Amino acid sequence: MGLTCSTCKRKSIVDLYHVEKTSADQMVVALAGNPNTGKSTLFNELTGLKQHTGNWPGKTVTNAKGFHKRKDKEFIIVDLPGTYSLLANSVEEEVARDFICFAKPDATIVVVDATCLERNLNLVLQVIEITNRVILCVNLLDEAEKKHIKIDLKKLSDELGIPVIGTVARSRKGLEELMDTVYNVCTKKIIPSPKPTIYTETIETEIQKILNMIKPIVPDGFNPRWIALRLLDGETDILDKITHYSYCKGVCKHA
Amino acid sequence: MKAIYIPLNKVETGQTCIVQDLRATGAQRRRMLDLGFIKDTEVKVMRRSPLGDPTAYFIRNTIIALRKEEASKILVKVNS
Repeated sequence: MGLTCSTCKRKSIVDLYHVEKTSADQMVVALAGNPNTGKSTLFNELTGLKQHTGNWPGKTVTNAKGFHKRKDKEFIIVDLPGTYSLLANSVEEEVARDFICFAKPDATIVVVDATCLERNLNLVLQVIEITNRVILCVNLLDEAEKKHIKIDLKKLSDELGIPVIGTVARSRKGLEELMDTVYNVCTKKIIPSPKPTIYTETIETEIQKILNMIKPIVPDGFNPRWIALRLLDGETDILDKITHYSYCKGVCKHA
Repeated sequence: MKAIYIPLNKVETGQTCIVQDLRATGAQRRRMLDLGFIKDTEVKVMRRSPLGDPTAYFIRNTIIALRKEEASKILVKVNS
């Protein structure tokens, strides 16, 4: 076959990160969120596909792609596996994280479960640390209503600094508004300005030190503060990944 | 009076307790924090599996199962 281990690996990473855009009017939108918050249901409603949905966590293991047309743009929607965190612990989490970090989608929709918002917001904070092109989709509002949970979407949006849309994906409620917002974020009519998480003074000082060192070497489009934080976490393979990804992008361009 | 902290795996079924400290490190610690085991969080011991391990805990509106070696790294104060 002539395939060596290293070429296979490289190819698979190219496949994973490289969502082919066939025209300039295409936009890549990622769907992220905790397990079992309705990402796949939302994905099916938006794309008209019938990707397997089920009420159990861990169903989507790799990512699925679909299309959604809106005005003059076509959105390539990528359904990511559910994760509690972007600090990769398992393959699924790594897929989701690497996609958001390295494939740099034009927008990321973070889907959260309205009935347990607190648990879900951890991931939201992690995503807005990486990119500002984030839309929060508070899903399962019908379930929350049943449990007499009321969510102040406006206040949530003010606190986080990103657009927040309430939806019931199952009955398509709020999806129009959601996609209008996604459209506006992709076309830069709305530029979300998420409020950064400020850490303790000790950590902030260290972040500054690392930032000064890495700023000249961080490629365009990567958030240096986020990389500094990962390095502080002791995650040194992040640098390998960046180098690897930059290399892969080169391969795609030349191919 | 000095508060007595015990590992989570020693808490009886049905009792609730408050997370005080995590002795786990590295990825495991990160994971626990992601799952919501943060200081001052309330945890209820739901039930133990027939062989005594793992145990189901109710935390921040979700039930999570932990093995003994993981639970033993979470120090809690039992609610009286």
